[in-house]
Amino acid sequence: MPQNETIKDLNLDEYKYDFVTEAEPVYRAQKGLSEDVVRQISAHKEEPQWMLDFRLKALEVYGSKPMPTWGGDLADLEEVLDEIYFYVRPQDRMEHSWDDVPEEIKDTFEKLGIPEAERKILAGVGAQYESEMVYHSLREEWEKQGVIFDSIEDGLKNHPELFREHFATIVPTADNKFAAMNSAVWSGGSFVYVPKGVSLDTPLQAYFRVNQERMGQFERTLIIIDEGAQAHYIEGCTAPVYSTESFHSGVIEIVVKKNARFRYTTIQNWSNNMYNLVTQRAIVEEGGHMEWLDGNLGSKLTMKYPSCYLVGEGAHGEILSIAYSGDGQHQDTGGKVVHAAPHTTSSIVSKSISKGHGRSTYRGLCKVYEGAHHARSNVECDALLINDTSRTDTYPYIEIEENDANVGHEASVSKIGEEQLFYLTSRGISEAEAMAMIVRGFIEPIAKELPLEYAVELNRLIELEMEGSVG
Amino acid sequence: MSNAPILRVERLEAKVAEEDLPILTGVDLTIQAGEIHAIMGPNGSGKSTLAKVVAGHPGYEATGGTVSFQGEDLLELDPDERSQAGVFLAFQYPVEIPGVSIANFLRTAVQAHMPEGEEIDIFDFSDMLMDRMALLEMDPVFAERHVNDGFSGGEKKRNEILQMAMLKPKLAVMDETDSGLDIDALKIVANGVNKLVEEDPDMSVLLITHYQRLLDYIKPDFVHVMVDGRIVQSGGPEVALELEAEGYKTYEEAGTA
Repeated sequence: MPQNETIKDLNLDEYKYDFVTEAEPVYRAQKGLSEDVVRQISAHKEEPQWMLDFRLKALEVYGSKPMPTWGGDLADLEEVLDEIYFYVRPQDRMEHSWDDVPEEIKDTFEKLGIPEAERKILAGVGAQYESEMVYHSLREEWEKQGVIFDSIEDGLKNHPELFREHFATIVPTADNKFAAMNSAVWSGGSFVYVPKGVSLDTPLQAYFRVNQERMGQFERTLIIIDEGAQAHYIEGCTAPVYSTESFHSGVIEIVVKKNARFRYTTIQNWSNNMYNLVTQRAIVEEGGHMEWLDGNLGSKLTMKYPSCYLVGEGAHGEILSIAYSGDGQHQDTGGKVVHAAPHTTSSIVSKSISKGHGRSTYRGLCKVYEGAHHARSNVECDALLINDTSRTDTYPYIEIEENDANVGHEASVSKIGEEQLFYLTSRGISEAEAMAMIVRGFIEPIAKELPLEYAVELNRLIELEMEGSVG
Repeated sequence: MSNAPILRVERLEAKVAEEDLPILTGVDLTIQAGEIHAIMGPNGSGKSTLAKVVAGHPGYEATGGTVSFQGEDLLELDPDERSQAGVFLAFQYPVEIPGVSIANFLRTAVQAHMPEGEEIDIFDFSDMLMDRMALLEMDPVFAERHVNDGFSGGEKKRNEILQMAMLKPKLAVMDETDSGLDIDALKIVANGVNKLVEEDPDMSVLLITHYQRLLDYIKPDFVHVMVDGRIVQSGGPEVALELEAEGYKTYEEAGTA
């Protein structure tokens, strides 16, 4: 029961991930994006020719696509990108034991509590630092059952056929400008395969850390959950606070095969100088079950709409998302569900909290193709505004081509009311605590779905953010 | 502190914050430890405003006079400090807090009443909650529900009494606790208040009500009649009975004369 954490335990005074590690990278490409940089990345990874060709083609596509103008403010992005380092290689090779990871980098992850969590509750851990995975490990019992949990580079190297069968088929290069960019410069991320019928009873976790200033991180993750298998993957992200902007643009591709179940949890707590533009998509086959649990707490601007393409009969997709926008932050998030087969079901529940001059946007799509009869979908988005200066917008797109479909949408906007605050304070609870309590209650339906550590973390963050928000 | 009354209200004037309309126009009221007082009055007489000003509702502003609690200036304190000092307001319209369980809410509130640096033991809290719920004949499952979210009128009022039982105030102000309750619910709520008074004979109670019927179940020592923002008559329980027979009309006429 994370809500039972006592308030004292939750008293933090800073964005606690604001620390920099002094570790010299072994290699750093020149800043900005160019063909030369793309070739350097590919060469460092000793890739097959097809991948280099794929990257170069993607670079062309990237160049040919205009900067999107429909979402968050990207007006300065072009300039920011000229100053970004697209590839920073932190160490010579990826390690499978923390003892072999360079001390400074290992310290970083110790501070973030990763090795400890690994010992306690995880089936496997991947840790990315700057552009590459520096550590990857999977418990032996799962390895024996044929589970693959590796860096994306090792996935390409060691499982070339499985890799090539799925890579860029779920999120094609030309899907959007940033998917194209990622396709050109991708580096790091996970490759996961869970064989037929195997159920991982504890989560796999990948942790993404940006350390250096003006860094761009472009992880690429490919996850295949085979028939009847089950797994849960958790992704966490943090970075130090710099005065210049950093950039993160990942592509996550997931295949959930027949009757498989998969949950992908993200808790993104990037520093507030980070552009976070991510494409996450899952293909869900017959009877499959996909859940996105998406927590966007940090970053300057996030544009991210996890998607479920329900392509097999009876497939189910779920997106639970929570966004927090403080001063100077814009969370442009939501979800997409595409019903392309009969009897498919989906649900999107989105909750946002905006404080100060923060802005939260819900942007979602529910599409039902002709022939997807008996499709059912429900979308619910609730926004909570803490101050008069905070802002929220809702853009729910619904496209239905099938007569026999049932689609519902509900939206609400609320403000923390004087009466609610008075009620709680009249019981002896301080105003800041009362605020935090109301906010925690608001996100409770989602927080209760989070792994305990993240739920506690979320509560801590809210406690911290509510300090000084009164008055 | 020992000899000072629990509550002393003198010449209290108050208005709605950000408006100029006066609502309380000089209220005098003294409540000693262990006394049960009732304030009756027609709609708009200011009796609920008095309750809110005592508890520190930010929507109201005291513009004159004093309110002291055990000799200390109550108007100087924030609502949470008033609660910690021992003031409790049972709301006429309890507020919904979705997603927050009653148990969690009560634990936070009880913790806020602990002395600085002391932390409530979770097992002690749990025992206390079970004990209080048993006293009020409430199902323990109730504590897992979200505060007032989807509650019936009766459930909301019982939840107020549960909070009162947990916080053990020195002064309980009950703002139209009887409104919106059927007779069975009213009996349950009144019974709860009586049990708490029995348990702590020093607890003072201020009942704010429009109707006599609540006073059939909670017996007041003193009854005051409020009209047009001031107390126009005070006496024993017989005042309520007279009101029941004659209504507020005579007072209202006297007030405007």
